[in-house]
Amino acid sequence: MADAVAKTDPTEAMIAARSMPKGTWVQPLREDALARLRAMGLPQRRDEYWKYTRPDTLTQADAPLAAVLEADEAPMFADVDCLQIVFVDGEFDSEASDDLNLEGITIERLATSDTDLHWAKNLYGVLETRGQSPVARPLAALNTAFATDGILIHVTGKPSKPVNLTYHHKSESSDAILHHCIKLDAGAEMTLLENGPAAARFNKVLEVEVGDDASFHHIRTQGRDHERRAATHIFARLGTQSAFRSFTMTVNGVLTRNECVIELTGDDAIANVAGACVGDGEFLHDDTVFITHDAVNCQSRQVFKKVLRNGATGIFQGKILVKAGAQKTDGYQISQSLLLDGDSQFLAKPELEIYADDVACSHGSTSGAIDEDALFYLRSRGAPEAEATNLLTLAFLAEAVDEIEHEDLREDITNRLGAWLQRHRG
Amino acid sequence: MLSIKNLQVKLEDEDKQILKGVDLEIKGGEVHAIMGPNGSGKSTLSYVLSGKGGYEVTGGSAALEGVDLLEMEPEERAAAGLFLAFQYPVEIPGVGNMTFLRTAVNAQRKARGEEEMSAAEFLKVVRARAKDLKIDADMLKRPVNMGFSGGEKKRNEILQMAMLEPKMCILDETDSGLDVDAMKLVSEGVNALRSEGRGFLVITHYQRLLDHIKPDVVHIMSDGRIIKTGGPDLALEVENNGYADILAEVV
Ligand SMILES: Nc1ncnc2c1ncn2[C@@H]1O[C@H](COP(=O)(O)OP(=O)(O)O)[C@@H](O)[C@H]1O
Ligand SMILES: [Mg+2]
Repeated sequence: MADAVAKTDPTEAMIAARSMPKGTWVQPLREDALARLRAMGLPQRRDEYWKYTRPDTLTQADAPLAAVLEADEAPMFADVDCLQIVFVDGEFDSEASDDLNLEGITIERLATSDTDLHWAKNLYGVLETRGQSPVARPLAALNTAFATDGILIHVTGKPSKPVNLTYHHKSESSDAILHHCIKLDAGAEMTLLENGPAAARFNKVLEVEVGDDASFHHIRTQGRDHERRAATHIFARLGTQSAFRSFTMTVNGVLTRNECVIELTGDDAIANVAGACVGDGEFLHDDTVFITHDAVNCQSRQVFKKVLRNGATGIFQGKILVKAGAQKTDGYQISQSLLLDGDSQFLAKPELEIYADDVACSHGSTSGAIDEDALFYLRSRGAPEAEATNLLTLAFLAEAVDEIEHEDLREDITNRLGAWLQRHRG
Repeated sequence: MLSIKNLQVKLEDEDKQILKGVDLEIKGGEVHAIMGPNGSGKSTLSYVLSGKGGYEVTGGSAALEGVDLLEMEPEERAAAGLFLAFQYPVEIPGVGNMTFLRTAVNAQRKARGEEEMSAAEFLKVVRARAKDLKIDADMLKRPVNMGFSGGEKKRNEILQMAMLEPKMCILDETDSGLDVDAMKLVSEGVNALRSEGRGFLVITHYQRLLDHIKPDVVHIMSDGRIIKTGGPDLALEVENNGYADILAEVV
């Protein structure tokens, strides 16, 4: 009977294809998530929220194969003094990882966390559940139910260095599901780095509870493997006077869907989400952002830049929801694409929904080619066309990259984008 | 230095002839001025010489030191020694002025098979040249021409010219929008570059600039042609009587 259903229903097929890892405190949370997943079903092509991105390869039971890219440049963040945690195709690599000890934080693995008095009980799947309304995010529920591992970080102070999650991709058929939870106590601060393609197909959820006066920085890069697929979710809830800053660089990847769901629940909080992506050929990159203002005098910024060529597709779905009472909200959203040829396309759906009267919200979305006047100006000074184009392209991306506060990381990211442009010139 | 023969140019997308046979011969060390009413084709001439798109050459030739300019890419013309100070310098958000200058200098050196300027040497030279033009550190750091006043943009053009040390400099209405002090700075900048091996083509509406940058030859352009050529006195005549007399005389 179950098999028969599985054959016709992709959700049941997906569930049948994996087994729920055993755990202690996490077990009921996983069961809840499974029930949620069954109730909503995996995304389908006709779903409004998946209008631009075909979910098929993310929802089929087995991951489509993805060739492994031979590394030809230094790993990302190699020069950054950080606590390194390594996953290979979604499996924790204890050899390559540092000891999970850092002053000001406690770090544990989801797979080995067995105490029943665990703080993450109030976070794991909790923000994800909140984020299921008003729009369903079934891939996140799937993740909560079946994540094989993840990192649980409780930040009590101000650790001296970032935590760096490195995701290697070594098997062309790997199908990884990781779920991280981070809780920042009042006044705490941390920087999380993430890098690497992770797997042939990667489903990742990051839940972040940012306490009052706490500050969370997040910088991630998603690897260069052309054929890899990723569906990621960030769920964050922000307390009073807290700050959340997240930047993502995406270079290549046949399919990327990055969802970011942020709730500003304490007054005077700040949320910045930014992304810079570059794609050439078979590349679909989807940023889907939902920011809810539910407190007074909060600021949110969304800055997304996409450089597309040779038929690459960029998608942006971004919403600012200002609830009744969320006065003095300052919401800003910009999504722009630079199309380096006529084949590429950018599809954007910016939305504002406002129920308070004293707010300042703006949004803008543009799509265009290289500015011919600027290009001629540069060439008339001697810069060859390709070099001039790259300079203007980096300048276009800079507005998103500039959202990164750490200067060294900003430079590092800029250099990587520059190197990509060198490899993919006209 | 610059040799233009019977140059005819139309718009690429429109059936509109703009240059209808321009002849011009500029030798090294000479300063030529072109004056003429608005819309007579002065900027078009400067754009076509530097390789801007949107125009079609329908006849004639233009050569720099005997090398055909019209077949070259804009960057090749720049490397060959041609420089245009734009009538409307372009703003480029996100590209720092310094980066812009350095890219230009090193690209030209590379194209000529010369060694790139080191960062330290470049900085030293830029600072000195910028100081002469009263361009402060902040202007060097800002994105190219962003938030610059009209006069600052024009001084920035002259800074680029000073850094690139071209053989043939075309200045398109570099004096427009300049107050008296800025005009002096710009003129001094230009005069400092005057040398035996370098030619200048100064496009202007006003005699004023030519008091500072003394031309050897003055041309009057009208409706896509050079209709009169003379010495510095010709500029004074325009200043006093306007173009009407000259135009009438030719017709
Ligand atoms: N790209 C263009 N598109 C349309 N008309 C143009 C273009 N460039 C020049 N023209 C026309 O050509 C004529 C000459 O213009 P221009 O060279 O700018 O004159 P000047 O610099 O002498 O004032 C004008 O009639 C102008 O409108
Ligand atoms: Mg003009």
